[in-house]
Amino acid sequence: MSMIEFHNVEKYYGQFHALKDINFTVDNGEVVTIIGPSGSGKSTLLRCINGLELISSGQLVVNNYDLADKKTDMNKMRKNVGMVFQHFNLYANKTVLQNITLGPTAVLKQSKAQSEDEAKKLLDLVGLDNKANSFPDQLSGGQQQRVAIARSLAMKPKALLFDEPTSALDPEMIGDVLQVMKTIAEQGMTMVVVTHEMGFAQEVGDRIVFMDDGRILEDRKDVSEFFKQPEDKRAQEFLSKVIKHI
Amino acid sequence: MFEIFQNYGSQLWSGFGYTLLSSLYALIGSLVIGTLFALFEISPMKPLRVIGKIYVEIFRNIPLLVIAMIFYIVVPQYFAKIDGFTAGTIGLTIYTSAFIAETVRAGIESVDVGQMEAARSNGMTYIQAMRFIILPQAIKIVVPPLGNQFINLVKNSSVLAFLAGFDLMYQGNIIASTTFKTTDTYFAVGLLYLIITLPMSYLMRYLEKKWSTEGDEA
Ligand SMILES: Nc1ncnc2c1ncn2[C@@H]1O[C@H](COP(=O)(O)OP(=O)(O)OP(=O)(O)O)[C@@H](O)[C@H]1O
Ligand SMILES: [Mg+2]
Repeated sequence: MSMIEFHNVEKYYGQFHALKDINFTVDNGEVVTIIGPSGSGKSTLLRCINGLELISSGQLVVNNYDLADKKTDMNKMRKNVGMVFQHFNLYANKTVLQNITLGPTAVLKQSKAQSEDEAKKLLDLVGLDNKANSFPDQLSGGQQQRVAIARSLAMKPKALLFDEPTSALDPEMIGDVLQVMKTIAEQGMTMVVVTHEMGFAQEVGDRIVFMDDGRILEDRKDVSEFFKQPEDKRAQEFLSKVIKHI
Repeated sequence: MFEIFQNYGSQLWSGFGYTLLSSLYALIGSLVIGTLFALFEISPMKPLRVIGKIYVEIFRNIPLLVIAMIFYIVVPQYFAKIDGFTAGTIGLTIYTSAFIAETVRAGIESVDVGQMEAARSNGMTYIQAMRFIILPQAIKIVVPPLGNQFINLVKNSSVLAFLAGFDLMYQGNIIASTTFKTTDTYFAVGLLYLIITLPMSYLMRYLEKKWSTEGDEA
């Protein structure tokens, strides 16, 4: 069963052609990483999946919701698809605990007691059980990102999208966040992860996608082979640059 | 000035009462209407945005006195008869609401777009995201400029004097023209305006300071 299906998807921002003929499927439980140079359309692809951006043409089905259909209730669809952002975007006016419980209480109509109970377990999972009553700006970037992951998990989503979750973090914070993501992946979550962490892509990813200029140029299940020998010329250039940079 | 208070105190205080009442009605009314039109202006729905923009551009670019006069003179000719106090208060409400709409809109827009995106990704509807996440953050940003609008509102309520609105300025004009003690009278009137506006000014500073330090530690 597939969770996400793109068929011949095009996306324009005004005149700008941001996604070109995207055909792409993510199965249940799969962990797909997306890499590619800046401006290649990775965020756009991800944001289309949870309806933050609308596609211009083609077909996009997420968890059986047809996102090209104007009648589709995006709010309903989003209950099942979480997103983790590069800049965390924790609710600045809420405590850590409230950040996690707001979705379950306001959207899923769960009781406050149950939501808090589950939130505490999630904070435990991400190693922040002592920060429940802090405000986001009292936390380090790495801690904020782990709270953001807990917030997404609290909705018991069927899929999680990550847009460069570690790119805004200090190097020593990255490991903790990747570790949490790995744990979630091992529990069988369907994940699409835009990242520059090649180690994570190799170790945790079931598949790797390379994008450039709005197109998917490689989509491979043999992840370590891809890193040794990318087929596409631009993927080769990109990898050699990234690896040199590291 | 003391003499004015002694001889015309009840008249002055009655004017003070009308000014206070008109300001209070206009404050509440303009806050509600202004916030509504601010939400229109940033709505994802284009017709609402257009309506919001037109409303704001019309009413903040016409002199208050003209708006008040329209209600005082034109409206009674075609619709219901209204007195000067009501016409002036309605005019004041509408005029101020256009400025409040702009202030509130700017406050909402200064909240990071990531907050809205996170809330929507979290499953919230647009309205839930506004209510739980965006507006609570916008309020803190908006309070200092709103305080200024409210102080202006109280001062602008003197427009009622032109419409026989029985407000402080109206009573002051009458007292000045009967006693010829213009200096004393207008000093007394000014003092009574300060009684309303100074506490507002201090409350505003207090809130501003309180929230900015909260922001530091939070
Ligand atoms: N809202 C928008 N309006 C217009 N153009 C946009 C918008 N969002 C993105 N773009 C453009 O679309 C292209 C793809 O952007 P996108 O953010 O998807 O790239 P990306 O691969 O995520 O890049 P990065 O690695 O820098 O995050 C870029 O050229 C960008 O300028
Ligand atoms: Mg991006």
